[in-house]
Amino acid sequence: MDKMPKWADVILTPVISLVLAMAISAIVILAIGESPWMALKTMVDGALGSSYGWGFTLYYTTNFIFTGLAVAVAYHASLFNIGGEGQAMMGGLGVALVLLYLPLPHWVLALPFAMIGAAMFGAAWALIPAWLQAKRGSHIVITTIMFNFIAAALLNYVLVNILRPVGSMDPASARFPEATHLPTLSDLALVLGVEWGKNTPVNVTFFVALIACVLVWALIWRTRLGYEIRAFGRSEPAAMYAGISPVRITVIAMLVSGALAGLMAINNVMGESERLLLNAVEGAGFIGIAVALMGRNHPFGVVLAALLFGFLYQGGGELALWTSIPRELIIVIQALVILFTGALDNMVRMPLERLFLALSNKRKDA
Amino acid sequence: MTGGSENVGGRSHETAPYAIELRGISKSFGSVQANKNIDLQVPRGSIHGIIGENGAGKSTLMSILYGFYKPDRGEILVNGQKLTISDSQTAIRAGIGMVFQHFKLVQNFTVLENIILGAEDGALLRPSLAKARGVLRDLAKEYQLNVEPDELIEELSVGHQQRVEILKALYRHADILILDEPTGVLTPAEADHLFRILEGLKAEGKTIILITHKLREIMDITDNVSVMRRGEMVASVKTAETSPEELAELMVGRKVLLSVDKAVAQPGKPILQVQDLRLVDDEGVERLRGISFEIRAGEILGIAGVSGNGQTQLLELLGGYPEKGSTVGGTIRMNGEELDLTGTRSDAATRRKRGIGHVPEDRQVEGLIMDFAAWENVAFGYHHAPEFNRGMLMDNGAIRTDADAKMERFDVRPRNSNLAARNFSGGNQQKIVVAREIERNPDLLLIGQPTRGVDIGAIEFIHKRIVELRDAGKAVLLVSVELEEILSLSDRIAVMFDGRIMGERLPGETTTGELGLLMAGITDTQNHSAEEGIPPETQHVDRLPGGEA
Repeated sequence: MDKMPKWADVILTPVISLVLAMAISAIVILAIGESPWMALKTMVDGALGSSYGWGFTLYYTTNFIFTGLAVAVAYHASLFNIGGEGQAMMGGLGVALVLLYLPLPHWVLALPFAMIGAAMFGAAWALIPAWLQAKRGSHIVITTIMFNFIAAALLNYVLVNILRPVGSMDPASARFPEATHLPTLSDLALVLGVEWGKNTPVNVTFFVALIACVLVWALIWRTRLGYEIRAFGRSEPAAMYAGISPVRITVIAMLVSGALAGLMAINNVMGESERLLLNAVEGAGFIGIAVALMGRNHPFGVVLAALLFGFLYQGGGELALWTSIPRELIIVIQALVILFTGALDNMVRMPLERLFLALSNKRKDA
Repeated sequence: MTGGSENVGGRSHETAPYAIELRGISKSFGSVQANKNIDLQVPRGSIHGIIGENGAGKSTLMSILYGFYKPDRGEILVNGQKLTISDSQTAIRAGIGMVFQHFKLVQNFTVLENIILGAEDGALLRPSLAKARGVLRDLAKEYQLNVEPDELIEELSVGHQQRVEILKALYRHADILILDEPTGVLTPAEADHLFRILEGLKAEGKTIILITHKLREIMDITDNVSVMRRGEMVASVKTAETSPEELAELMVGRKVLLSVDKAVAQPGKPILQVQDLRLVDDEGVERLRGISFEIRAGEILGIAGVSGNGQTQLLELLGGYPEKGSTVGGTIRMNGEELDLTGTRSDAATRRKRGIGHVPEDRQVEGLIMDFAAWENVAFGYHHAPEFNRGMLMDNGAIRTDADAKMERFDVRPRNSNLAARNFSGGNQQKIVVAREIERNPDLLLIGQPTRGVDIGAIEFIHKRIVELRDAGKAVLLVSVELEEILSLSDRIAVMFDGRIMGERLPGETTTGELGLLMAGITDTQNHSAEEGIPPETQHVDRLPGGEA
């Protein structure tokens, strides 16, 4: 007996959560003496009102798709990977090493190599927590979050002591060779004779992210491995009964998850900054958790949720630029959205379920 | 089993109001109507049985009575007074006590602490405890409910824990006691003791409602019985005026074969040979202490025993997934070949390749992924089979076709393989698991509690399939806590107690009394009466590392 129709679960619940988050944000904005309506208008105009806005929104969306997918894959194995941040940092290191030390003549060639570097470094960073979880029972939430700090420290060390060009005061690597720079979507639009999104960072990685969504969908719902991951995630005793090795699934699911988080570096490191910066990830790893939660751990949902958070990111930036609403408040708004769509999900869901139950009872009585 | 008869119908209740009266109670969950217009009258000072298949709505009805659910319509009268029972506190105040199938006890609290839990008199525990100690002493004297008040719950046998639950209800001044499947976890002797306690309570004027699916208990102890089927109360009769056959028919709605119809076994070559199997779990407790037996082709070996005496560990070890961290010893031979007990080739997948099918004891935790669709579950454990795969991808089309065919042959209802496993009834879930394992035609079928929580119609069906498998020349290892099931299905019976096999018997040459003694660890069955088979330390010994049996 399903409690409510699928569309209500997948669409109605997050939309209502979102509306609630917006309502409370509006109250907060009112409280500091600004107009919520103007704020919303500024955000929508800034993020979606022009191709320039879209260019940034989609750039952030690309980041969040990767980290959201990373959390979603692990979640299907009932593993809560909150180390996306660290894995994405290490992915950046992988990209940087590939692009700085391999002589790659063209971005078409550089892209797959950089992807391999990003995925391998991200996966390697997830491997140790996975192994500790599978073999020693060390909780993955604790270990992955600790590995975020280790990654930050390691990156700091590597940038300052190894990758920093001689004479530079900046904890960043040298710029990647010109030939390896990824074309932005505005470059591609120009080829088609359209002027779109000039000076925005969104690049071909956006398409890579969409392809990754399709592949993750196929992995989870069409392959043996995905079947085993889902079975293990739902019931470990049942997985044992069926001859599915918990160690193997834990490790593989985390490797895939870490690789996806690492792949985010293609977008921000290779595509945008074109060199490795210290704070390149900017919290996208954590946003990925909210994206996966809101997207119901389904790749399609992840895309939609990533778009929403891309909008919030870009719109929030515009808000700080054009209004006197302080930057901190934008973080409050984003946090409210995460709170309502993620943590307080059941608050909306349960009354909804009751409503649908009552409706179906009434229909039966009539 | 004893049938106390001194008080049956001993009270006249023509004029007195009923202890419990339900009028037109209805309750539905979504599109499922769990209770339809239920009327029930329970006279004071009687034992009233409520019987019905799983999913017939017994538990829902009792939950309504105890305030867990609100009825959609209808009214409840307690001792003649109309009452709205909105929560369990109201029920308790009205004198209703409930003993759940799964006890609600805090394991590391003492008996006394559990009894006052939620009924403390004030912020300080000491006065409440002192008072409870006195009350407990009186109750114990009055009803032979002897329990040591300072013992920890985890040190008590299941039978004693149940007594604590009853005491809890009595401490809260319950006049009406509801027991939900109380004998599921008890040995026959413990069950008899429980029934004596219930007789005593009845003699004191308490009213008892007994929910069960065991016909024999109804016949033995109740004064009246109400039968539920598909959410409706189909009959309420005096127990003395009915028969098990009639009740079974009322429950299912058609004639039911209560015994299993099977020919004499024709054992062939040995299929499974187990020698000196040992298992120590990760806490250092010896769960299996040298198990040896053999099953031949065309033979069903039944393993009887109170649950928790190593049957689960035996099944898991044979199935290839002993509990993490346990150490194992001994040998298992399948068709003469020795199986690995450790390493990568000792897992469940390898066992399946060797021709071992397994219907696990707990279908909801192990046998099925409850959120998976039925069709996904039909491939579970066999998802590596070539016919279910096409290169890198799973051949979902082939799996669906296969699942539909199996659901057709096993009459799984509803016949919708897209439905998640959790949306099927217990009996149909079990049919999905049994279909999956039996249709692979294994040389050996391990089957644990094949009919736990399964309705009578499905029991008959599943039993028939097990016998068919045997007649096809396969070996079957049947583990069940239902003695009747063991007696009617097995060709040989082995009784397990405390990780050992206490003895083997032939079903035609033994009695429940004798098996009950063996289940309690008493091998000298000649010099003991079945009454002694109450094993106060069954669980106790089980938990002491290296403890002597």
